[in-house]
Amino acid sequence: MQISMTVNGSEFTSEIEPRVLLVHYIREVLGLTGTHWGCDTSNCGTCVVLMDGQPVKSCTVLAAMAAGHDIRTVEGLATGGTLDPVQQGFMEEHGLQCGFCTPGMMLTARALLDKNPHPDDAEIRQAISGQICRCTGYATIVRSVQWAAAHPAGTGWDGADTAVPDVAPETADTDAEVKA
Amino acid sequence: MQIPASFDYVRASSVDNALELLARYGPESRVVAGGHSLLPMMKLRLARPEWLIDINDLYELDFILRDGNKLRVGALTRHTTLLESDEVAALFPIVRDAERVIADPTVRNRGTIGGSLCQADPAEDLSTVCDVLDAEAVIRGPGGERAVAMSGFHRGPYETAVGQDELLCELRFPIRPRAGSAYEKVERRVGDWATGAAGAAVTLAADGTVEDATVGLTALGLDRTVAEAAAVLRGKRPAEDLFTEAGRLAAAACDPVPDQRGPVDYKRHLADELTRRVLRRACARAAQMAARMQEG
Repeated sequence: MQISMTVNGSEFTSEIEPRVLLVHYIREVLGLTGTHWGCDTSNCGTCVVLMDGQPVKSCTVLAAMAAGHDIRTVEGLATGGTLDPVQQGFMEEHGLQCGFCTPGMMLTARALLDKNPHPDDAEIRQAISGQICRCTGYATIVRSVQWAAAHPAGTGWDGADTAVPDVAPETADTDAEVKA
Repeated sequence: MQIPASFDYVRASSVDNALELLARYGPESRVVAGGHSLLPMMKLRLARPEWLIDINDLYELDFILRDGNKLRVGALTRHTTLLESDEVAALFPIVRDAERVIADPTVRNRGTIGGSLCQADPAEDLSTVCDVLDAEAVIRGPGGERAVAMSGFHRGPYETAVGQDELLCELRFPIRPRAGSAYEKVERRVGDWATGAAGAAVTLAADGTVEDATVGLTALGLDRTVAEAAAVLRGKRPAEDLFTEAGRLAAAACDPVPDQRGPVDYKRHLADELTRRVLRRACARAAQMAARMQEG
């Protein structure tokens, strides 16, 4: 069957089998491998993408069901070469270690902040409660989202326009940089 | 990699169109809404429909509407919408209690009340909620529309009164004065199925005695409501010793099976303790509502 959907602002039309899951459509047909594919059972949340602005587990949505909808993946977070504050927050506060859960976590965080720009820690933990991180123990993820809440886009948090800041955080020592 | 077996997909454009499609494709077709129960079952080949009829475009089934002394909830209303509705929480606090612990926030963005009820998993929470609130299911089929009481809606695990060529369209909840309700679930982790849960709805008479009470259990091997537990309270003033007795009767009435979530005696203990807690909270909430009515 033929489907069309908007992904990160661009319209895509593809011929697919109805049984193709959204996560595989995004990764294999569109080649956007930033969306990770994990448990297959809507438990781990690494495959979360935004569908019409709401976080959904893309392993449990058919690509056919997403046709006509607006999808945003991690590749669509940065705009015009500037990282989304959530991405910057994950860098500043070391919100990731292995990075596997990170795309889903960041998209859920983006949706949370769009709805509730000043969440408390409990609200952040609630929002990400359908997602699993096996590295950081969540504390740094919560801090990363709080960093993003404190530095909304357009407030000139760094004044720079670079996709990846080339200056390491002041507190980081050389070893930490290598590990990161 | 878990992928469903091949099927054909069609998107319904209206309730009538969905009924036409169900009639056209017959017993090998299934309706999909949120898909968070059906798609996992299709991946495991526990369900293998030849046709999937997607009803997500039927926005006319996504509503919460007060209509006289009933609250009407469309079958396609998402869990998140129910959870966030202040109107629902004010009238039926049990819904917010339950929705908070159904799956996780991301799954709740997709899952629907109609899907949960039609899936009819024995560990599904909203069946108990609808039972104790004495809800009515509005089902449409080729012969028109019919309303079915919850007691007749459940036919057993994964089985409901909704026929193959029919569509659950709406739930209707009676709004009663001086009413309170509550739900509490024990689960091992966020998003897990219930180890056990209980729900209660209570209405008080003008003199503060219990006019009616309903207790239901989830995942504890009891399809019906616990009539014995409710009978203990009727006509009496809410009191701790009555909650204790109701809990004891609920534990005796249920028939849990041992599994990796716990042995039978533990689950009976949950039936007892959770029944007491939800009755205590439902009675307190009913008293609050009665007080608000007097003020107003």
